[in-house]
Amino acid sequence: MTNREFEYVGTRPVRHDGVDKVTGRAAYGADVSLPGLLHGAVLRSPHAHARIVSIDTSAAEALPGVQAVVTARDIPPNSAKVLLGGEAALDLGDMSDCMLARDKVLYNGHAVAAVAATSLDIAREAANRIEVVYDVLPPVTGIDQAIAPGAPQLHQSFANNVANRMEFKRGDVERGFGEADVVIEREFRTPMVHQGYIEPHACVARYGQDGRLTVWCTTQGPFVVRDACAGILGVDAAKVKVIPTEIGGGFGGKIVVYLEPLAAVLSRKANRPVKMVMSRDEVFRASGPTSGSKVRLKVGAKRDGTLVAARASLWYEAGAYRGSPAGAGAMCLLAPYRIPNFVIEAYDVVVNKPKVAAYRAPGSPMALFATESVVDEIARELGMDPIELRLRNASVEGDRAPYGPVYGPIGLKQVLEAARSHPHWKAPLGANQGRGVACGFWFNAGMQSSATVTLNLDGSAAVLTGNPDIGGTRVAQAQMVAEELGIPVERVRPSVADTDTAGHTDVTGGSRVCYATGMAVIQAAGDVRDQLRARAAQIWKVDIASVRWKAGRAIPPSGNGSHQPLTVAELAAQMPHTGGPIVGRASLNAPMAGPGFGAHICDLEVDRETGRSTVVRYTAIQDVGKAVHPSFVEGQMQGGAAQGIGWALNEEYIFDAGGVMENPGFLDYRMPVASDLPMIDTVIVEVANPLHPYGVRGVGEVPIVPPLGAVANAMRDATGIRFTELPLSPPRVLSALLHTESPNQSAIRIPQSAMS
Amino acid sequence: MMSKLHVETTINGQPVEFLCTGSETLLDALRNTIGLTGTKEGCATGDCGACSVILNGRLVPSCLVLAPEAQGQSVTTIEGIAEGERLHPLQQKFLEHAALQCGICTPGLIVAAKALLDAKPSPSEEETRYWLAGNLCRCTGYEKIIRAVLDAARAGSAAL
Repeated sequence: MTNREFEYVGTRPVRHDGVDKVTGRAAYGADVSLPGLLHGAVLRSPHAHARIVSIDTSAAEALPGVQAVVTARDIPPNSAKVLLGGEAALDLGDMSDCMLARDKVLYNGHAVAAVAATSLDIAREAANRIEVVYDVLPPVTGIDQAIAPGAPQLHQSFANNVANRMEFKRGDVERGFGEADVVIEREFRTPMVHQGYIEPHACVARYGQDGRLTVWCTTQGPFVVRDACAGILGVDAAKVKVIPTEIGGGFGGKIVVYLEPLAAVLSRKANRPVKMVMSRDEVFRASGPTSGSKVRLKVGAKRDGTLVAARASLWYEAGAYRGSPAGAGAMCLLAPYRIPNFVIEAYDVVVNKPKVAAYRAPGSPMALFATESVVDEIARELGMDPIELRLRNASVEGDRAPYGPVYGPIGLKQVLEAARSHPHWKAPLGANQGRGVACGFWFNAGMQSSATVTLNLDGSAAVLTGNPDIGGTRVAQAQMVAEELGIPVERVRPSVADTDTAGHTDVTGGSRVCYATGMAVIQAAGDVRDQLRARAAQIWKVDIASVRWKAGRAIPPSGNGSHQPLTVAELAAQMPHTGGPIVGRASLNAPMAGPGFGAHICDLEVDRETGRSTVVRYTAIQDVGKAVHPSFVEGQMQGGAAQGIGWALNEEYIFDAGGVMENPGFLDYRMPVASDLPMIDTVIVEVANPLHPYGVRGVGEVPIVPPLGAVANAMRDATGIRFTELPLSPPRVLSALLHTESPNQSAIRIPQSAMS
Repeated sequence: MMSKLHVETTINGQPVEFLCTGSETLLDALRNTIGLTGTKEGCATGDCGACSVILNGRLVPSCLVLAPEAQGQSVTTIEGIAEGERLHPLQQKFLEHAALQCGICTPGLIVAAKALLDAKPSPSEEETRYWLAGNLCRCTGYEKIIRAVLDAARAGSAAL
């Protein structure tokens, strides 16, 4: 399919949901309202770690306007049960306990009770009147503390707060280091950071007296929400219907449920629909950010630049319950390079912080920050061009990936060559500027998807899937239907359906929607096309095998001169007389996806008086397989780059000694704004993915991976200082500039405590 | 419970009356009482710009304006940017440039950009970036938004 010529794929039509979104008509999670609506509020723990001694809700229940109060006693206890369909397996027991604490609170912000009342003000006032007696326990607020002997334990089952240890190895690492001419070993740290979607979590739940629950919510995975609600409440999935609203960003953070089952229980108690919306403070303190990390990495190389050995240990904060992306980080760590000998160990560490959730390429950015910093140092040590060093070691088709499988066609070399030949790479730098390059990798996901394509009598069509559209997937799906049927994109209406209407579809996540759901859409449209060929064969009274399809027409067999080709519109008009409606459907489980690689080039200018640094030029290059809608592909690359730049330069959860987050708002949790960034140039590389009929591979996650290393390498280039701890915020950079006498060879870590 | 205040104001050129408490924000009144949910809440602390509206010609975060302050004033929300069926050039250019992904920040950004073009019809890229620095977008990296606004400014001046 690599040489297939496309008519609609690769064009840039206006998205079908666009007008609704530029006029304010599109309805997001908090925009849903119903008659008789009640408003919910959550009481959250002020402590990071405490035993719940007692909860007295009587004062709240006595407040006029309060219709229901719930605590964990109102929810059946959930044993560990795995829920699939998200990017990673989700533990229902932990999700339930995280949603409403049972015996212990494990992080500041942990929900302990919820209230539904006739107004939000009353609900909040009632929540404040709930009396909780805590037995406060010493908190575990960081990796080093968590794994130290004698540390307080979050869970009985995890000795030293280590929930899991994983190991990946190959070859003989000692012999490998023995062959090395240069060995670099460093320890890297990154703080907990948040996805930072602008729309807070929000839902409305309506529990009927018939035991049926309807949930409207902003989610990446309506089927995950349905199954989580059913599992946590102990009811059949058939009793629960989830209607996804438009979604205001997710980046992995809107897969786990925080509010929906709570709203459902409140609604069941009150017999009225209940709306719950998180405040920004709640989003930061009580939804899932991604892990703070510590990565120790040692890499050896020969004089000619060949990487020969690596040894690494990764510790990732899981937050209050097990399940950090440490394993994924370990698998990504060396994915760009062919290194014959390595040992990688990874630890999943529980701490008294919010339970982490997926965040765009979960686990990969922190791991590749380490790898790409060390590879940069090796290039400096050897006096090699950093792109040349990477090209010399780049993974290619046929190599066994460090995480196991053999790579199919992958585009890392093409990406690096595009980076090297980009004018940015050779452009002169100004005073106090530096340039860095770094690679990124993500597996990409396949998973389960369904699609339905319905042909209308006038020859237009509808396509329906179960994936909330976060960044233009509907228009891409319409393009696929247009491509398969040969009708204009504008004549295809794409829709996101609820869980009663769509066939089962796993989350919008894992960069899987255009890939796996796209494949289902292509197959469903192909099903329609085959049915149209059958109708044409029936009209012409010929064998279906002799009917070809070309450019939106059924073509009669040659030598059958009395028949003219029939268009989609002509065949559609005859549907009632040729067998009835035509509906195409497909469901699939794509077990694999084509992995994605990217490389970013960053120019940073550092103000030596304040430590503030500014990205002055940025280029993102990525193998996307095939860009269905290039504008939205570029948008993913630019948006991922911006998020990664924020992670590198400013974003961090700051906790006090008691484990209370000190910056739970957008003023102090500093995400990039328009004036912080330059135009972000993009180069789309297309190495077709043979697993997809158009060659598509996942796009969305790779671009958040390179910026951490690219920015840090640019900082090294500009200042001579190798920073191994993020973010490179002005206080940290200034402190390093002031304290480094001979900056050129140093690798320094300025702990947060030294900056105040 | 405190008794409610009666407010008469003009929203998107139409006279509007509503009741609110003294502590209610204009954002809450717009969304919950008046039914104009195009204005979004992202933070309620004036840091994200999702709730941007134009109050008497001035760009403000409606989460930091008390609803009673709208008395006798004129408010423009995202629902008032298009002229009937005809999209404003900014809306058109946002669509053409694919300047939105999830779209939650889009109403605030379009309102903020309109205030910019009203004040300065041909802004530079830098002026545009600083003007829009109060509007967070987490999806796009801003590039396509800036291009859309600059293109709309060009289209606007070409139309004069």
